[in-house]
Parts: sequence; C-alpha cells; structure tokens
Amino acid sequence: MGMQITLTVNGTSVTRETEPNQLLVHFIRDTLRLTGTHVGCDTTQCGACTVHVDGKAVKSCGLLAAQAQGRSVTTIEGLAAADGTLHPMQAAFRSCHGLQCGFCTPGMVMSAIDLVQQHGCHNETQVREALEGNICRCTGYHNIVKAVQQGAAAMQA
Amino acid sequence: MNARQGFIGQSVERREDARFLTGKGQYTDDISLPGQTHAYFLRSPYAHARIKSIDVSAAAKAPGVVGVLTGDHFKAVGGLPCGWLINSLDGQPMKEPKHPVLADGKVRYVGDRVALVVAETLEQAEAAALLITVDYDELTPVVDALTAPQIASSVHDEAADNRVYQWGIGDKDGTAAAMATAAHVTTLTYRNNRLIPNAMEPRCANAQYDVNADNYTLYVSNQNPHVERLLMCAFVLGIPEHKMRVVAPDVGGGFGSKIFLYGEETAIVFASKLLRRPIKWTSSRSEAFLSDAHGRDHATTVSLGLDKDGKFVALQVHTTANLGAYLSTFATSVPTILYATLLAGQYATPKIWCAVDAMFTNTAPVDAYRGAGRPEATYAVERIVETAARELGIDPADLRRRNFITSFPYATPVGLTYDTGDYEATMARAIELADVAGFAARQAESEAKGLKRGLGYSAYIEACGIAPSSVAGALGARAGLFEAGEVRVHPTGKVTVFTGSHSHGQGHETTFAQVVADKLGIPLDDIVIEHGDTGKVLFGMGTYGSRSLAVGGTAIVKAVDKIIAKGKKIAAHLLEAADTDIVYEGGEFKVAGTDKKVPFAAVSLTAYVPHNFPHDKLEPGLNENAFYDPSNFTYPAGTYICEVEIDPATGHVRIDRMTACDDFGNVINPMIVEGQVHGGLAQGIGQALLEHGVYDSVTGQLLTGSYMDYAMPRADDLPSFNVETAKGTPCTHNPLGVKGCGEAGAIGSPPAVINAICHALGVKDVPMPATPYTVWKAVQAAGH
Repeated sequence: MGMQITLTVNGTSVTRETEPNQLLVHFIRDTLRLTGTHVGCDTTQCGACTVHVDGKAVKSCGLLAAQAQGRSVTTIEGLAAADGTLHPMQAAFRSCHGLQCGFCTPGMVMSAIDLVQQHGCHNETQVREALEGNICRCTGYHNIVKAVQQGAAAMQA
Repeated sequence: MNARQGFIGQSVERREDARFLTGKGQYTDDISLPGQTHAYFLRSPYAHARIKSIDVSAAAKAPGVVGVLTGDHFKAVGGLPCGWLINSLDGQPMKEPKHPVLADGKVRYVGDRVALVVAETLEQAEAAALLITVDYDELTPVVDALTAPQIASSVHDEAADNRVYQWGIGDKDGTAAAMATAAHVTTLTYRNNRLIPNAMEPRCANAQYDVNADNYTLYVSNQNPHVERLLMCAFVLGIPEHKMRVVAPDVGGGFGSKIFLYGEETAIVFASKLLRRPIKWTSSRSEAFLSDAHGRDHATTVSLGLDKDGKFVALQVHTTANLGAYLSTFATSVPTILYATLLAGQYATPKIWCAVDAMFTNTAPVDAYRGAGRPEATYAVERIVETAARELGIDPADLRRRNFITSFPYATPVGLTYDTGDYEATMARAIELADVAGFAARQAESEAKGLKRGLGYSAYIEACGIAPSSVAGALGARAGLFEAGEVRVHPTGKVTVFTGSHSHGQGHETTFAQVVADKLGIPLDDIVIEHGDTGKVLFGMGTYGSRSLAVGGTAIVKAVDKIIAKGKKIAAHLLEAADTDIVYEGGEFKVAGTDKKVPFAAVSLTAYVPHNFPHDKLEPGLNENAFYDPSNFTYPAGTYICEVEIDPATGHVRIDRMTACDDFGNVINPMIVEGQVHGGLAQGIGQALLEHGVYDSVTGQLLTGSYMDYAMPRADDLPSFNVETAKGTPCTHNPLGVKGCGEAGAIGSPPAVINAICHALGVKDVPMPATPYTVWKAVQAAGH
C-alpha cells in the first residue's frame, strides 16, 4: 500500500510515494536518487547513511521514510553552497586528507557537523567518542579527527 | 634522478575528493540501468550438507519474479578458477576441486550460494527466495584446520583428508642441523586470527547483456577489472573476452577482498543473457560477513635458534593454513609464496625452513587481505625475535641490531633478493620518535596508578609489486604480474593517462598525475587519470600487494618517456635540428645550447595537424603505451614501536603511543602515503586487539556476522599515530625509486602491539585478539 509524503530535502519541498516499510535511506537513494547517502551495514552500526533531520544527525537506515513527513532532511548533496563552495567541514576533510575511498565520508561529515552544532568545539578524546557510531576502514580515523577539529574551528570562526 | 622536485614529493590535495565530499561519487550500487532487475541469493544455512532436492516452482511464480537459477544452470560452465598452482613437497599438484558458481549437490559453508532469484524489486526477490524448498542432508562440518585431517568428514571428495597441499621452502635438514647447535632456542605456538575484511562499500555488481551487439557490460566493485573479465570469460562462462566490458567505478575500499572473482557477479552475468534484463546485486553487510573472502587464519609453531652471542642460527616454522571451503582466486599463494618467502625478515638468519599444510574447512574461503601472508610472516618473525630477547635478557632493539642485514643486495634463504634497505636507520629514528628513552619514567608513573606499561617493537619487511612474471610463473602463478599504461596526448597538449592500476581509496588520480606533470613539465590540471574500465584502458592487472605506483606508475613513466622521445623527433623537425640535439625540460623542447625551443603543446598540435611533419620518419599522432614487468619485488621496511598501558583489573589495553618509521623509498605524495600507513595501522591494531572471525566449533555457524559481534576498530578504540617516512633508500630497479606503502601498517603493527602487551604483563604470549577478557586471563595466570 503506497502512501504519499511531503518533506523538505536540501531546502526543496518534495512530495513522493513511499511504502510504509520503506526506510528513509532507501527513499533518499532510490526514490530521490540522491546517492551520496550510503548503506554500509544492516544493523544501524556503520553510520554511512547519516543525514540531518531537522538539523540533527540521524542514521537514515533507522527511520522510516514516512517518519520524515513534514520534516526537513539535509543530505551530503545539500551542504555545499550553490556556487560549489564547500561547507567548512567538507573543506577540512579535504585539506586534512580525512577520506580515502569516500564511502563512509558523507555520513562522517554529517555526524561531524552535528557534533559541532550540538556541542561546539571538542578535544581529540571527545571527537573520537562522538564519532564512535561512524565506521571508517581506510583512514584509521587519524586524519578524520584532525579534520573535525579543523572544521569545527572554521565553523565557529 | 632527483625525485623531489616539482610536484613529486608534494602533499597535493586529492583531486578525487571533490566528488566524494559532495555525494557525487559513483559507486556500483549508485548505478541503475533501464529495465533494472534485482538479485537475491539464497544461501546455505548449514556449514556442510548434501542437497537432496531443490524446489523452486513456487518462487518462480511469485510476484515480480523474472527468473530463478540453481546449480543445474551452471553444470555446463567452468568453476571459479584458482590463480596460483602450488605443488606439494611430494611433487603432487594441490587438490583443486571445482568451485561452482552456485552450489552443485552440496553446500560447504554457511552462506554458500544455493539459488539466485531475479525479480523486479529486491523485496520481491527476497520474498520469493523464502518460497524455495531445499531438502538438505546435514553432514559433519570441518571447522578447524588443525583437526581437519583427523575428522571423518571431507569437505571435498577429491581431498579425503581435507589437505589442499603440503608445501615447504628452505633448507629442512640444514635448518635442523643448525638448530641442534644453537645455544638457545625460543619457541612459540599461536594462532594468527581470522579476519573479515569489511571494506565499507559492500560488494556489488550490475550486469547487462545487449542482445543486438551480443555483448555484456558488468559494473562491479572490484580491484582489477581486466583480471575479473579474463577469469570470468576464459575460465568460467566461455564468453569471448572482447564481448565483455567490465567497469569498476568508484570502489569503496577493497583491502584485497575485491581482487577475487566471486560467484555472485558471475551468476548475474550468466543470468543477464538468459533473462535479457540488467541485474543488480548488492551485498548486505550480513552477506558480506558470510561470503567475502576472509583473511589470515594460520596456526603456527615457530622456533628461533641463537648462538651464545645472540646471533640467529636458524628459524624453523610450521604453519597450518585454513583456506576455507573452496580455493578463492589467490588463496593458495598467500600462506606460501607471499608468506614463507618473507620469513628472513630484516635478519641475516643463515638457515630457514618453513613447512605449510593448507586445509579445506567448511568456512568461507580465505584469501588475500591487506598484507596477504606478509603480516603472518612478520608476526612469526617479530614475535619470536622479541620473545627470544626477553628470554635472554637482551634489549629487543639490540638483539635486532646484532642480526640486521647490512649489505645489499642480499639473497635470503627463502628465495628473495633484497635490493636495498637501511634497517638501522628506521629503527634508530623510530626509537627517537617513540621516546624510548623516556619509557622507564612513564612506566613508573603507570605503576604508581596501578597500571601496567609495556613497549614492543616490530621491525618488518615486506615485498611489494610481486614480480617478475617469469619467476612468478615458475612458482605457480597462472597470471602475468606486469602493469600497462597509456599516455594519450591530445592536439592541444592536454593529456589523458590510462592505467591498469585501480584506485579504491589510494588516490591514484592525484599521485599518478603528479608523476606525469613532473615528467612532462605541464600543469596538473592538464592531466586526467582514467582507470577501472576495460572499455577504456588497454589492459591491467589491477591494484593489490601495494603495487600500483611501483608497477603501474612505472608503466606510465615508460609511456611518458616514449612520448618525449617522439616529441623530440617532431621538435627537431620543427627547429631544423638533429634529434640528438633536442632536450626536453620544463615543458619545452629545446635545441641544447641555443635559445631555440618549442613548447609541448606546439609539438602535440603538430603531431595531429601534421602539415610540417617528418612523414618520412614518423607516423602522426602522439599516443604511447607501455607494459612494465618489474625485475624484482620492492622491499619496504621499517620499525614500529607500540607502547601500551593496561589496567590489570579489567584487562583493558590502551595504546598510549603508536610510532611508525617506514622506508618506502621515494615518496610522491607524503600526505597520501601517511594516510595509507594510518589505515594499515588501524587494521593491524584491529587484528591485535579487536577483530576475530569466529565459527562455532560444532555447527560451523559464523558467530561474528555483524558489526555487533565483530569488533571493527572505531575512532575511540585508536590513538593518534606518530608516523614518519624516512628519507629512505630508493628502490634500485624502478625509475621512480618507489616501493609501495599500502600494506605496511597492517604488516608491521600486530606484533608490536602484542610484544608491548607481553612486556607489560611479563608473559611470553597473549593470543590475538587481545581483548580485555583475554588480557585479564593473562593477568590472572601471571599472578599479578
């Protein structure tokens, strides 16, 4: 049984069909074809699918699309400015080499921005604890931690 | 050459990052084709069972189902091939039973592919699969490689004792004789734990058959698309190679697990013609745990004999390797050619013997995983050396120094010839970086808090860019080990480089462009690197074994050299000079000793608008390719030092310092190289402290099948790393002087961590992974 939902995605209102059992991540990837949000596990552990819902980081595999009715969703595609200027956190990941294969990166960036917005600037230990829900297999987190700290400083500048 | 001029040696920001950071990467699952269908594999719930019957009739009629395939569909095609023949000591070839695309009469591990359901949606395919009735007759599973020969159950009828091969290398009798003369012998028996690779992008494939052109396109998350195509076409499905295009687009990490030809993509290619629809399969993470090729899983006993001065006289190793239920693509080479040949380590041990028993078990196939044999070798050597040092009361660094190889080239007793190295330099620098001098004071501080502090070394060596093809072939390789590159100069002087290497996180689009920009003296922005598409790239062996820059980069350099050589002839014609008088520097062809010159783009334009052109000597155009087959491996080496602090009450190990000093020869992009080391360290520390692929010893069920059971290293499990690349000893046999850096971290770090834990606790051994419970038990046993 299909149902219709209306929500704001990256600043634009969208109205689409969904199924009651469709996860938000599949709505984003398959229905909206915004493929920057990734699926890396099936147990809500890896964080590759992290998006912002009403400004807070959410693993979009842990939410039904229907639950996003009337809410505002931001994905990795919605971060950079219209002219292509990267969000300070995106820019920090680039300058600190905080990504390699790029698969965990969208979720990592969305979590990092949430960390700064909710809790401000953090020391290394706090950044590591806050990123516990985002798994990266390439970087060993060393440069991700540096990137988050640099991005936090830039966001608060 | 001075390798540190211009772009080479600069930490240039990565060009690929723009798309990854904005969600514009294009991974295989992001691709959707017109008429797309979706695949679901029904997998075996049993480790070992006969299939008495399969009834797919209800599934075939289920909503949305396009087709259902079983093993019967694949009876007429080949099995998935193994790419390396290993002969046993008695001269017999390894046991090589067929590895069917879908299970044929028997399932051999939990997750073995039983049926393929193709439907309009994934949900429909999965629902239909539940309607398939399989009548299984359960058999006793063979789970542990050590007991595999004794169990009255055979994974394959062709190998009644479950043995794949019994292999050896070195001087067996000479080693035994030398060991008998040793003043001291240290022995360790341990397991090198099974790991599950877990690239963050699960495997994925999307296959399309074009009925009009009678050709196939396969998009697949893979590290070597040409090899994938060759194996699938020539050995399994009998598809003419030129009728298949394999594209490996953005790939979300590999670590070896995406080298191999798997049954899933093979099955959907076959089905795409049968069903005349494009078929996509994306592994769930649960399937990935069950069906990706696993890594390591060795059981080893190693003995080191030393004379009264602490000089090594002999090293004796026996390893039982678990290869799983089938021989994956390069499985057989990992515990042999890629393992035992590294057992000399950095030391001038005169006598070495290593025997390897490889076993079939009812577990997922085991194959190359980051380091592939070399981490297992380094673990054997660096654990036994450190243990011997502790037993003899010799400083572990000093014992290593007494035995370092200091003169090159050096032929080891196990088949390799190291071209260059300076092991003392990396060790000395690592000791400085780790502040070993301050350890005693830190240890006292820890003791005052009731904590145990320890320091462990690991002086690893690895062999990268496996080569040359002729030698590898003599050792059983069924593939070439060269790399191909093509440099296409466009009329305007812009350049497209095609490489057979494949980037799945390594940053080749940046590093390779730095090399070409330096060589041609043109801007980075004038160069594009293309990879991962058999429809574009002439050929390629792909990326594994830290080979891309040393082998693939050299192929590109050789093609660039040909471009410059031809360009000189064109320039000589334009400048009315002799070919031999032309030099190329800074992007200009010059007549030596004069101010006559012509820029690169003018020469390229002349090549494509050949009005004033030496047609009597040259063909128009400016496009060259090269194949490079190295004359030797490269030998990165270094010293890693780990310092841990342990809470004896909980067994929790905190890595306080992780220091790595590596000699990678020349470095093109230090930022990328350090990033590679960081990632390797995390995987090595993961092996030492966290990760363990565990099967139930009775049922053969995988007990660590999700991120809630398999402990992946997370940000708060790891410290920041202290990483430095030494000025280094450039590789002597490739023009860039590079060695490879992708695996060093995973190779060097596990023994450093375990050595540190053993030092802290004053115990001889702690098994990997050294989880809090394991360490706590060791604390209790040691009576702390």
